[in-house]
Amino acid sequence: MTATDARLDSLRGSTEPLSFTARTIAALTANPGCVRRALMDAAGADKAALATHVGFPQRSGASQSPFALTRGGIFEAQVKASGGADLVRLLRDKLGLDLPEVSYSDLESVGGNTTKKVRYRRTRALLLRAARHPDQAGTLYDHPMLRLQVGGHLAYLEPDVVAFQIQGKFHVVEVKSFAVIDGQADEESVAAAAMQAAAYIVALQDMLTAESLSASAVSTDVILVTPENFSPQATATFIDVRKQVAILRRQLARMARIGVLLDELPSGLTFDLAPDPDGNYTRARGELASALEVVPARYQPRCLKTCELAGFCRDEARAAGALTVLGSVVRDDLGSLDSISTALALASGIRQPSADQADIARALRYVKSISDTLAGGTV
Amino acid sequence: MTLLTTLARLEAAVSGRARPLSRVRHCRLAAQPLVIIPLTLAGDPATPVAAMTGTSRYGQQLLVVPQPHSRDLRLGFLVGLARIVLGYIADRQNRTEVLPATKKSEERRRFADAPQVIVPNQAARDYLGLLGRSTRFLPTDGPYAVDPAVPSLGKWLTFLADSADHTGAALLADLTSLLAEHWASGQSPLEDASLAAQLAWIDPPPGMTGLQAALATEDPLRCPPAGPATDPGFDQAILEPLVRRYNRAAQAGKRAGVDRATAEITAALKGQLEPTWDAVWRAISLLRALPETALAGRRWSADKDSFTRFSSYLADGGLPQPRRDHAATAAARLDRLERAQAAYDTERALEDPFVLAELRTSGEAFAGEVVSAEPSRTIITAAGRAVLRPRFTVRTGDPVRLEPGRVLICPAHHRQRVQIADLTRTATDADVVLEVVQGMGTPGRPTPGAVPAIGELVSFTPDPGFFAQRDFPPPEQIPWTHGGPLVRRAVGPGEETPS
Repeated sequence: MTATDARLDSLRGSTEPLSFTARTIAALTANPGCVRRALMDAAGADKAALATHVGFPQRSGASQSPFALTRGGIFEAQVKASGGADLVRLLRDKLGLDLPEVSYSDLESVGGNTTKKVRYRRTRALLLRAARHPDQAGTLYDHPMLRLQVGGHLAYLEPDVVAFQIQGKFHVVEVKSFAVIDGQADEESVAAAAMQAAAYIVALQDMLTAESLSASAVSTDVILVTPENFSPQATATFIDVRKQVAILRRQLARMARIGVLLDELPSGLTFDLAPDPDGNYTRARGELASALEVVPARYQPRCLKTCELAGFCRDEARAAGALTVLGSVVRDDLGSLDSISTALALASGIRQPSADQADIARALRYVKSISDTLAGGTV
Repeated sequence: MTLLTTLARLEAAVSGRARPLSRVRHCRLAAQPLVIIPLTLAGDPATPVAAMTGTSRYGQQLLVVPQPHSRDLRLGFLVGLARIVLGYIADRQNRTEVLPATKKSEERRRFADAPQVIVPNQAARDYLGLLGRSTRFLPTDGPYAVDPAVPSLGKWLTFLADSADHTGAALLADLTSLLAEHWASGQSPLEDASLAAQLAWIDPPPGMTGLQAALATEDPLRCPPAGPATDPGFDQAILEPLVRRYNRAAQAGKRAGVDRATAEITAALKGQLEPTWDAVWRAISLLRALPETALAGRRWSADKDSFTRFSSYLADGGLPQPRRDHAATAAARLDRLERAQAAYDTERALEDPFVLAELRTSGEAFAGEVVSAEPSRTIITAAGRAVLRPRFTVRTGDPVRLEPGRVLICPAHHRQRVQIADLTRTATDADVVLEVVQGMGTPGRPTPGAVPAIGELVSFTPDPGFFAQRDFPPPEQIPWTHGGPLVRRAVGPGEETPS
């Protein structure tokens, strides 16, 4: 264990580190500038439990409806039924892929053993062999277990994807149950799927390069399989995720350098929830909140949808009068300013602008004068 | 959003209460709108679980699908919704009015009223469009025949959803957008997407700030989301177990059990919908309290026209709207939408000092003092006739971004048009030379007051008539780049077959 790992472990405290999924890895890129989030994620801290303990449980996006989960499961089972017959037909017909005879290899368990490590070793052995013998291609690997270095930890990714090799290239197939209607799908769902697929691609690429094989053997065109229109019929589409792969790599590299961020923190700082033997958290709330505040956050309203801790950070930003709580348009409009009170003081002329605030101050004073005239100076 | 709105947001955040962005209402609110609050099943597209609907505060009806995956129950729901929507529309087709002939058009008849469907938020608006898409192609004959009311509902919902893209149209209105047009809250636009949270800032309960009230609405147990997505926690703890109970009773053929489960599901969904129902009517009465502008009535007339046109299209056996627009139709539609948006902004400026102020801050309008005037200036036309073309100069501190040649209107003189003849800027001000081109009278009989006096404070904003309709080639002359001559295509078989 490195010094960084030890430091991250002490930050997290006595709870077990959370394991990553492609979903949580994709979420790492949601707000790359946020140190608080980067540290929490690298340490594997349970942000949801922390947020609840300090009084800000996550409200939106906290859980998925059982109806959505069931539908996802049914759709995936249907696509993969009978050795992926439906899937192979789609790949041939919709995408025109020249698949020869296809065999199907399910890696969900290895001789009854379902531990992540064993499954990963098996996946790795099979995929590396396939990479070295591209002529023997034609296997669909279902439930491969991949591994990715995230911060100080090795994260196992258990994708609901199939990987296969054709003409010397591995492809990642992602099965999602949101519908594509008249060729269009919900933008947010597609963006999330693309980012998750990027996590699988990065993991595959790393596996190959670790064995001195070329990363270019992994296609960055992901095959997205979704229901079409209002029927459960599946359709397949290519999405180019080069950009998402680059974004994810940048964020992972940043987390690998997490030591730099750690050095700036006071020693002894911890987000330990101090669970007692019954699992009740005993850490004093105020103390935990102060510990969280030591690490700078970069709150933006979008966090409410992507980060478990957002309620806490929003409250902190509000207390500080930060402009960011009013959304990106307001923040962009006011350029160099960062607090509500500064902006209002410049608008009313109470505060003298610094050199770089001169332009925005003039604009604000002008708008304020118009607004005062409208309100008759009273409202 | 302009800096004026931004400033209002800052002030709202500090004062704990939303700031008015306008004191008049630019959108017609029908005396009897049809409110629809749809709820949908998570995961499946266009699979409704419930809808609360009605035309008055205490006249709500609740439609529920106890097992959303059952095609029969879903169709039963859609037939029920169709009865309500089609009945509401038919009531609007009872009376007609006659528009006398004008120079440009012959005498014609149109419906004296139009439907207005109100939904809580933009997502609900989009959802009605999606329901329209999923039902308008359903077959009314063959093995999967449905009640003809269902595809008819689909065509109307599609019509309403399409109209909502047209700025200023009031046939389908969503309340979060309407409220945001009239008030700036002290939270982000993302949080404004929640009707309850936005209302909390505009009209917080006594003793609470907008922020406190808005935060309280975030607890789904106290304030269920306005939909169409249900709260996942509710799905997990209540709805899903009840649906399973329904399934068990249905599989065992126990009529009483099915009825009991249906009653429980109905009660649970009613509990999820009622707070939003109340919020919708609160929002409607807040908006009704604002005086409606004259041009809102004119835009409503345009709505009556399009309602009448679509009604006769359907009466002539109109086919369901295509899944995708033909290239030429799309180009014309886009052009129409852009012009509607631009005209809407400038029209509002004529009636609303707040909007005028917004346009001033963005340089599209200006106000200032008259510094010189030539009230009796004449020019000689090409035909050799002397015409009156008075000029005057306005000095303004506003950041004018209008080019010479633009036609403007002064909100105080609706019938007059002026054109920018010249524009010179100094370090802090701009001098705009304006030439009166309409409403000035003749050299012998100049219109009194056509030219403002020196020292008078005046404001000018672009002429909405500038955004008049553009001519597109007739259907048979559409170039191949846009799909070639337009041929009406029948909906082919297999467009949509139920699973």
